[in-house]
Amino acid sequence: MPDPTDVTGRLPSVFMRPGTSSFTEFLSLAAPDLLPGNRQQLTGGPIEVAHGTTIVAVTFPGGVIMAGDRRATQGNLIATRDVEKVFHADEYSAVGYAGTAGVGADLVKLFQVELEHYEKIEGTVLSLDAKANRLGFMVKGNLPMALQGLAVVPLFAGYDLDRGVGRIFSYDIAAARSEEQGFHAIGSGSLFARGALKKTWKADLSEQRAVRVSLEALYDAADDDSATGGPDMARRIFPVVAAITADGFRRFSDDEVGAVVDALVADRLTNPGG
Amino acid sequence: MPFGGYASPEQWVRDKSEYARKGIARGRSVVIVTFADGILFVAENPSATLHKISEVYDRIAFAAVGKYNEFENLRTAGIRLTDMKGYTYDRRDVTGRALANAYAQTLGAIFTESVKPYEVEIVVAEVGQSPESDQIYRLTYDGSIADERGFVAIGGQSEQVNASLREHHTAGEPLAAALRVAVRALAAGTPPGAPGAAPANGERVLSASNLEVAVLDRTRPRRLFKRITGAQLDGLLAETAPAS
Repeated sequence: MPDPTDVTGRLPSVFMRPGTSSFTEFLSLAAPDLLPGNRQQLTGGPIEVAHGTTIVAVTFPGGVIMAGDRRATQGNLIATRDVEKVFHADEYSAVGYAGTAGVGADLVKLFQVELEHYEKIEGTVLSLDAKANRLGFMVKGNLPMALQGLAVVPLFAGYDLDRGVGRIFSYDIAAARSEEQGFHAIGSGSLFARGALKKTWKADLSEQRAVRVSLEALYDAADDDSATGGPDMARRIFPVVAAITADGFRRFSDDEVGAVVDALVADRLTNPGG
Repeated sequence: MPFGGYASPEQWVRDKSEYARKGIARGRSVVIVTFADGILFVAENPSATLHKISEVYDRIAFAAVGKYNEFENLRTAGIRLTDMKGYTYDRRDVTGRALANAYAQTLGAIFTESVKPYEVEIVVAEVGQSPESDQIYRLTYDGSIADERGFVAIGGQSEQVNASLREHHTAGEPLAAALRVAVRALAAGTPPGAPGAAPANGERVLSASNLEVAVLDRTRPRRLFKRITGAQLDGLLAETAPAS
């Protein structure tokens, strides 16, 4: 971080300039090298770095569930078996990513600060659509890196306080944003997860049932996609599951998720297809 | 200040200080007191949206009196500085002391370099893990900084308000009791004859509608700043109303 004070010790004028409530915009003026998209451009062939895999989001009356498996892969190897890819974005939203892990983690971190920064400066929270829009700008900023093989796409889910419903937004690497109805999945196992959700998702799921349906979808993704991690029964490593409702963001404890996973795995022992 | 002729540095500083002090004295006070679970901020502020108290970071808050556009500028700069620090290092590495230092340098430079000094007085407070590690820094228009213990009042009639606090504040009180002490001190600070001043026979009573109240509560998760408004504030004030 560059020294933010000039020779007199006074904060530089960029800190005192009125106008923007965006942390990203402020960084682009005060310390552009700290922005993820502004990293020195890489040259040369593709490199092998860790990739995060499958994230699912499922709406239910009163909110939305987001869940992600715990595997990061590097080529044919498992890079990490307990990586977290679903995060608290702010009090009423969650964000997950699939793709290059390093870039995804940076994107999430910047997005979290962006939302909190706006909230503190303006004294009010952004609408859910505005949050989704801000995330889109950040994905767009990563396009040059995506073209060089370091692609990442986020999945955004939140509780819309104005409408009283849970909503899901997805992005492609060029930041085309689309609002998904009911459920969505991203990442290498998303095809299988979406296939599972198509059969199991109903408009009137309870919160508990929505958690089960999300975990079933991740199980099916891990069943057919080698890059998606299934529940690690030996180490008791389970997917990260979060619910966003009118009460705010809540991440389920390992014990809570473990109980649902144990029941799910027991059922699959007699019926592997679910 | 004479134009064309010579003015000694002492004269410049005196004139600027007097100018800043006059500006600050026109506004109403803000009181900052410690209580059992953290730090309480109480401002007399009829506006529900133009705040004098603000969240800065997880454990840090800001309070100010004086010219709104000037302290709003400082508030924004503080949020930018701390968010940038937390983003580059870690959330735990953002400290109130560093922020107070940056404000002191900035106010000091503005006081000496600009023709017009900032007409503000600010407080940076950081709530610690325990009452002993709570920190309250008071900064004045010329960049002077003071480390306050337990309580401090800034603004208009800060001398009377501070005197009332000195008399009534005890460390480690519950929130409602600390709020009573703060409100009583604010009421003591209104000059006789001013609009809303105390009737000759008793103390003026401040109500929820012209109070801005917030806490840094160490028992909360992560972001410890919380505004106290509406029913919660009414409840606390009712709980503390002196029996008559």
